[in-house]
Amino acid sequence: MGLTARPESRTISYEPQNQEGWVTTRLDFLVNWGRANSLWPMPFGTACCAIEFMAVAASRFDLARFGMERLSFSPRQADVLICAGRVPFKLAPVIRRIWQQMPQPKWCISMGACASTGGMFDNYAVVQGIDTIIPVDVYVPGCPPRPEGLLYGIRMLQQKVMAERSADRKIREEMNPDPSSQLYIPPSVIDELGEPFGNSVHQMRSAP
Amino acid sequence: MTGKFTVLRAGSALTDAPAPSTPRNVPHRDGEANPTAKAIAERFPGMLLGAEVVWGETTVHVAPSRVRELMRWLRDDPGQRYDYLSDVTAVEYRDFETPLEVVWHLRSLPFRRFLRVKASLQKGAPLSVPSVWAIWKGADWLERECYDMFGIRFEGHPDLRRLLMWEQYKEGYPLRKDFPLRGRFSRAEQLRQVLAQNPEAKYSMEELTIADAFEDLPADMRSRLGAGERTGE
Repeated sequence: MGLTARPESRTISYEPQNQEGWVTTRLDFLVNWGRANSLWPMPFGTACCAIEFMAVAASRFDLARFGMERLSFSPRQADVLICAGRVPFKLAPVIRRIWQQMPQPKWCISMGACASTGGMFDNYAVVQGIDTIIPVDVYVPGCPPRPEGLLYGIRMLQQKVMAERSADRKIREEMNPDPSSQLYIPPSVIDELGEPFGNSVHQMRSAP
Repeated sequence: MTGKFTVLRAGSALTDAPAPSTPRNVPHRDGEANPTAKAIAERFPGMLLGAEVVWGETTVHVAPSRVRELMRWLRDDPGQRYDYLSDVTAVEYRDFETPLEVVWHLRSLPFRRFLRVKASLQKGAPLSVPSVWAIWKGADWLERECYDMFGIRFEGHPDLRRLLMWEQYKEGYPLRKDFPLRGRFSRAEQLRQVLAQNPEAKYSMEELTIADAFEDLPADMRSRLGAGERTGE
């Protein structure tokens, strides 16, 4: 068929015809390989990006090829939060609650311009980027992104998962601002010291 | 399904009328007025402040004080029968002197008529008009949205709370002309306030069908709900 096995530098295999079939590898590699290829997405679709997301999940683009065929509509059984669409302020506590309900390990993809930055909705009602509420791993640009764009983002997330080390506890830490800590800086001070950023003159660094 | 229900037929009150067709060559101004405008002037002397016809649609301007009486007559009078309230909204003009207008869109299915009713509210005075909830129950959320966006109080509405913004929203009324596009607070303050909301504290006793099963609830939950507590808090 002209197909040859991909040389894989991270595994050492012995030729099975000569020996018992066994393989050595790093535990991290095995765990990450399993995680990266069985990510269960939690779709949080609020706008037109969700239509493109549905196209990704449907047969033409077929998310199942990447081990994501099981869309988890319950956050407690999900690994990836895919936020597709703009998030109004009224939904901000909802998406944060959903994120808190997802068990570790968990990742987040911000799909589209609105979820990433607020997009053209620089107004009183829309959150200027969901990274002001929850941590985001991959941003997918586009308005809305083509399905190929989201697939590319998912592949990037899989690469990121593959590169994780389980000894690194930091990546699983969930930070909640603790006002009693010495390191805590109140939002008003951050606003005083920081310049506005992003696409809004009202978007300040202190957003949690 | 139990009980009889009536089938609404558009144009049922129009006997030997020609079949409806798409109107052609409708003039911009001064088209054929809805006969209701004349009927209002006869039935409520002094209430009709003006009527105009734009693109074949009739708008009547009325005084806000007797709106409920007028609306009830419009729905119940056998010659009007405006049985469908399709919208309640408001208009604010950029000119500060121009009063704010509350707009009702009424439709009469039996007569195939459309009527737009407008009432002007002077700025500076408290903005309030009578609620039409008692006449059309569908006005419930329409008036709540109008209150949420414009701050117009609908007197007699049973549950006048914000609809689109959360209930503790402190920045004002977003569709008013003096409201800045990005809101009054900084983004950080907006996020801080909204993240302090409990996403599950949305339902009152009145909204939950749990009210029907109130007696079956555990005693502690009964006492908490009875004291006015919202679920999820």
